[in-house]
Amino acid sequence: MANDLEIRGVSKRYGDPPGGLLAISDISLNVQKGEFVSIIGPSGCGKSTLFGIIGGLVPDYDGEVRVGGQRHVGTHKDIGIVFQEESTLPWRTVLTNVALPLEIQGVSRAEREERARHYIELVGLAGFENSRPVELSGGMRQRTAIARTLAFQPKVLLMDEPFGALDEQTRLLLGDRVLAIHKELKQTTLLITHNITEAVQLSDRVVVMSYRPGRVLRILDIDLPRPRSSDSVTDERFGRYVAAIWGDLRAEASRGMKEAEALRGTGRRAG
Amino acid sequence: MTRGGSIGSIGLLVAVVAGLEALSRTGRVSAFVMPPPSEILAAIPALVLHEGLGYATWLTFNTTFAATAAALLLGVPAGTLLARRRVLGQAYEPWLEAAFAAPIILLYPLFLIFFGRSLVTVAVMGFVVAVIPVIIKTREGIIGVRPVLHNLALSLHMTPLQSLTKIVLPAALPTIFVGLRLGLIYAMINIVAVEFLVGIGGLGFVVADMYDRYDIPSMYSAVVFVIVLSSLFFLLIERGERWLRPV
Ligand SMILES: Nc1ncnc2c1ncn2[C@@H]1O[C@H](COP(=O)(O)OP(=O)(O)OP(=O)(O)O)[C@@H](O)[C@H]1O
Ligand SMILES: [Mg+2]
Repeated sequence: MANDLEIRGVSKRYGDPPGGLLAISDISLNVQKGEFVSIIGPSGCGKSTLFGIIGGLVPDYDGEVRVGGQRHVGTHKDIGIVFQEESTLPWRTVLTNVALPLEIQGVSRAEREERARHYIELVGLAGFENSRPVELSGGMRQRTAIARTLAFQPKVLLMDEPFGALDEQTRLLLGDRVLAIHKELKQTTLLITHNITEAVQLSDRVVVMSYRPGRVLRILDIDLPRPRSSDSVTDERFGRYVAAIWGDLRAEASRGMKEAEALRGTGRRAG
Repeated sequence: MTRGGSIGSIGLLVAVVAGLEALSRTGRVSAFVMPPPSEILAAIPALVLHEGLGYATWLTFNTTFAATAAALLLGVPAGTLLARRRVLGQAYEPWLEAAFAAPIILLYPLFLIFFGRSLVTVAVMGFVVAVIPVIIKTREGIIGVRPVLHNLALSLHMTPLQSLTKIVLPAALPTIFVGLRLGLIYAMINIVAVEFLVGIGGLGFVVADMYDRYDIPSMYSAVVFVIVLSSLFFLLIERGERWLRPV
């Protein structure tokens, strides 16, 4: 099957070459059409940087990114991003937030509202169309942001820790939601997460990244039957995948913590 | 303000007014320097009826609104430009801050030369002081827009104009509104002051006129009227601002 997204030898350094900070180093990854890939790695290993590069928001990197076989620089109409930070617009309602990409594309009001309603329903926010973000919980705001990105109709969907700040139960249920959306839209999806269970539950493959500079440590195929749901957690293979990923991550995470402590000791700020 | 707080403030006002009334009535303070508050209030209707206080109010408020509208019209684009062109912004910032703190009212003779003894001078004096906070706060608001919102604009392929009107300005609006409120206050104060100094226009002129005629109770009436009116006005603006604030 065709690769929707090819990442070839991508490195990114913040600051000027002799010094600066090498955030990610020589990352290569091919993602097939319709595939669901999770990226997991210690905090600060450059996951958001990688998404910024793929999405055309981070300039001046080495290596190349190909979308649908074409090399591209800058933002791309086939790539949609759900940001790690809160990004709903507080002065808009859920409906007009979600309709924003369509508004930019010049879709008529009636049509964009109809399409926005569809995505709002898909993320499970039907009934909240006229609420403003301040009236919603964090998880509902993230789902608004997801619906907005879906309304952009990207071929490749990048989600940067969309459920980062949520409790475990909500996270599992929203994971089911993401699976359902993926099943319906069949979008090529990359998901950044800190949560091993979530990565295994949702993905065809899990990319484990090292601590700074972020490299690909291991790419694990998750061979669990689909359709999956939060019930897959009880499958005994599930536990084995989780253990394998944790084994890789533990060493990296503790290296990260040690380095951060050392930096704090010398009075420098850990990035 | 809490209910207890407002009762306290009103109580304080009543106490002070009653105190002044007593001082004046007992002759401890000459009625010529400070007439009893009851007389001051009683003189207001006469001012409205015979001295055109109503028209003066209308004139001052209109001049204030016109000056502030012009300040918005010029200040928002200027502030946007200073936020976008970082170097330009950094070059102008200290001067703006200095101008913000300076008693610009002292420049009124200069404007008198330019525009003559006319309402234009009064309005321009209002504009000059109103535009500065609008520029400063617009720039501050735009610089404060979170990077993720800029990334959102980019990733949705917005044109620079779309990004400005759909993301940046709405996100900066609460801060711009602070500038607008400061602008209105400064414009009003300066306009009344220039009216007083130059002897033309609205409320400031009425106060000056009463003073020139040694009609001290009426002068105080006009002053009290201006103070009460502007306090009410700014209370209203503050309410409006809280109501408009999206977050
Ligand atoms: N604009 C920037 N300028 C300088 N350094 C940056 C910039 N953005 C990120 N960094 C640094 O690059 C490294 C990787 O950051 P990044 O946000 O990509 O990590 P992350 O894996 O997404 O972390 P987290 O899991 O905490 O979100 C960090 O050390 C960060 O401090
Ligand atoms: Mg991140």
